[in-house]
Amino acid sequence: MTRKQRRMTIIGGSLAVLALAAALVLNALRDSIVFFSTPTMVAEKHVQPGRRFRLGGLVQPGSLQRGDNLAVTFEVADGGAKLPVAYKGILPDLFREGQGVVAEGALDANGVFKADTVLAKHDETYMPKDVADALKKQGHWKDDYAGKPAATTAQGNSQGAVR
Amino acid sequence: MIAEAGHYALVLALALALIQSFVPVIGARLRDPALMNVARSTALAQLLFVGASFVALVTLHVNSDFSVANVYENSHSMKPLIYKITGVWGNHEGSMLLWVSILALFGGLVAAFGNNLPLSLRAHVLAVQAWIASAFYLFILITSNPFLRIANPPIEGRDLNPVLQDIGLAVHPPMLYLGYVGFSISFSFAIAALLEGRIDAAWARWVRPWTLVAWIFLTLGIAMGSYWAYYELGWGGWWFWDPVENASLMPWLAGTALLHSALVMEKRNALKVWTILLSILTFSLSLLGTFLVRSGVITSVHAFANDPTRGVFILLILCLFIGGSLSLFAGRATSLKQGGLFAPISREGALVLNNLLLTVACAVVLFGTLYPLAMEVLADFKMSVGAPFYNLTFAPLFALLLLAVPFGPMLAWKRGDLLGVTQRLLAAGVAGLVVVAIVWGWTRGGSALAPLAIGLGVFVIAGAVTDIAERTGLFRLPFATTFHRARGLPRSAWGTAFAHAGLGVALIGIVCETTWNSEYIATMKPNDVAQVAGYELKLDGLLERQGPNYREMIAQFNVSHGGEALSVMTPSKRSFTTRGSSTTEAALLTRGASQLYISLGDVTADGAIAVRIYHKPFVLMIWWGPVLMAFGGMLSLSDRRLRVGAPKPARAKQRLQPAE
Repeated sequence: MTRKQRRMTIIGGSLAVLALAAALVLNALRDSIVFFSTPTMVAEKHVQPGRRFRLGGLVQPGSLQRGDNLAVTFEVADGGAKLPVAYKGILPDLFREGQGVVAEGALDANGVFKADTVLAKHDETYMPKDVADALKKQGHWKDDYAGKPAATTAQGNSQGAVR
Repeated sequence: MIAEAGHYALVLALALALIQSFVPVIGARLRDPALMNVARSTALAQLLFVGASFVALVTLHVNSDFSVANVYENSHSMKPLIYKITGVWGNHEGSMLLWVSILALFGGLVAAFGNNLPLSLRAHVLAVQAWIASAFYLFILITSNPFLRIANPPIEGRDLNPVLQDIGLAVHPPMLYLGYVGFSISFSFAIAALLEGRIDAAWARWVRPWTLVAWIFLTLGIAMGSYWAYYELGWGGWWFWDPVENASLMPWLAGTALLHSALVMEKRNALKVWTILLSILTFSLSLLGTFLVRSGVITSVHAFANDPTRGVFILLILCLFIGGSLSLFAGRATSLKQGGLFAPISREGALVLNNLLLTVACAVVLFGTLYPLAMEVLADFKMSVGAPFYNLTFAPLFALLLLAVPFGPMLAWKRGDLLGVTQRLLAAGVAGLVVVAIVWGWTRGGSALAPLAIGLGVFVIAGAVTDIAERTGLFRLPFATTFHRARGLPRSAWGTAFAHAGLGVALIGIVCETTWNSEYIATMKPNDVAQVAGYELKLDGLLERQGPNYREMIAQFNVSHGGEALSVMTPSKRSFTTRGSSTTEAALLTRGASQLYISLGDVTADGAIAVRIYHKPFVLMIWWGPVLMAFGGMLSLSDRRLRVGAPKPARAKQRLQPAE
């Protein structure tokens, strides 16, 4: 085999692997990504029941109800709209009324968001970024949403700057 | 006083780094050994001053000096000593200081042990190290000074985020940084080679041990982080494809590729340009990881520190170094001479395939990490790319790679005999297929994917064993000969076998855990019994206890299996008064490679407690795998052919000894 042929073998092999990877990625992008919505966006866009998405917002104070066998319901609000959420399981340590939350799941036929995962990846000084951005965009951001206003505002700015 | 001294030491380190950035390069231009040797002294002095600065911050934390903002925000006088120390790097400023300290440590090591390097190469390498160091010193001093004082010192600190008050945090970030930052050495060597326009097999011999050290630490760091998430976050999950985890996985993938391509360069003097490019890319991915974690662009448990100027500053550093090094590469790479020839079916060919699959897998992870960010910036909608995406993309690519792994070490250099290797791997292949059949028959009706993946894992392990068996003539030759040969085998051959077997072990653990994990979630009252995977777990009762800086509620479970009492498990829930937050401390019971896992939820009004119990079959193999890989790496590192400063064979040395 000449040098040229060997080089072509390697280039050909590389292209084959790259094409395979591209095909895999495009295939995966069709149905394995999950979009983020707030209750307002859900109301505006008429999200289809059964379509998985991430719902973010604040847990409406006074809406948390515990049923039998770890079933819980609560409402997620973003100032503009509210959406009832049903979940079965243990809520994360940092889940609290009035605080930010991100849940993953889908709407059922009655318009209730059936969550299979509830994330509260934050402590009292940290609001989930998706939630903070969405609230800010709608003008519902208040400094007292976070325990430590300075830190939270700084964080918001940082995201603005990076973008 | 200590804070000011620490701050001052950091400024001095910056000054030294600036000298080290320019003087040696000028020296190399003028061929002036005195100027080139400046790099050595400044690198060592820099290490001394950064070390002093770091020790100062540790002292402040240990003394609970709350007049320093960093201590006030992240410490508490009641916090146990160990967490006062680990809390130093549990926050943004401190972890950046650790970052530069480790950078200076690597620079100092090159300065101290690089005596056999050509003078100009060492000068260039240390100068490039100093460029990186200067950028990060400036970053710390301008945007993230850990030594800032508070005008009116508070009496008590705000305490460290409770999730981080764990022994895992003591080990995970330093390990990870030793890995991340360790790749700066291969980067500096690559830039130095481009600046000098000269590169040879000796270059690869110098670079490989450094890359290997970084790779070992990164491997252990990632495994440690994963185990920490597993037991501390209370979900029993060990890998979330979180951008922050990807940030450490990408340099690992690129670094693994670099290890293998450097091997080709060292042994066969081929793939030079590619190895240089990989060195640059690996460290660029480390920088990207630092940016993702430290700028707070991504929502994640790790992004606990954020500030406006910081993100932009790191982004600038990122663009400067990645852009600069890639432009230099584009301009100079053609001047490097092309290396040796090899047939596609050969050891080199196998290593090229390895590099191809690893870099493409790395690119897929990069895409999955950055795509949501890009879409948010460009199209203004949010989405998340999680496990389903990677299962469909990363997993098939890695499966292909694993399938090829046993073939690599058995192929000959230059021109291999694929048929012969296949014949020799027949036993390993049969072992894999037998395991597929057994597992498939045993689980009956389940998904076919899991048995196949386990079979693949067995094939990889058996392949590694076959390689050693072939080399030592096991079962073919008398045992004494085999033993003698095994002792004479280069350590790097053993290292390869262990590292490759580790891949198989980890794969089996991952597949078993994800496929046959059983979960039990319910509310339990005292004396209730939960049945999980043949184990009976009886809740004895709940008790309260006061810890140093928290209160905890402990649930006591009696665990038995088939009537035989095994152990008592005590998961707990801690509430930290200072931060008003709580953590779940899971209880683990290890049975062979499997684990029982209990974590607690909330107490309901009627005194019952929510519990989450998992049985995780073979879960520990997930972490035994990386430990095996790191062990293999250490064996290779101890190979005398690779030992830093000892490129000559040992026999010559032995002959010299009697003369002394």
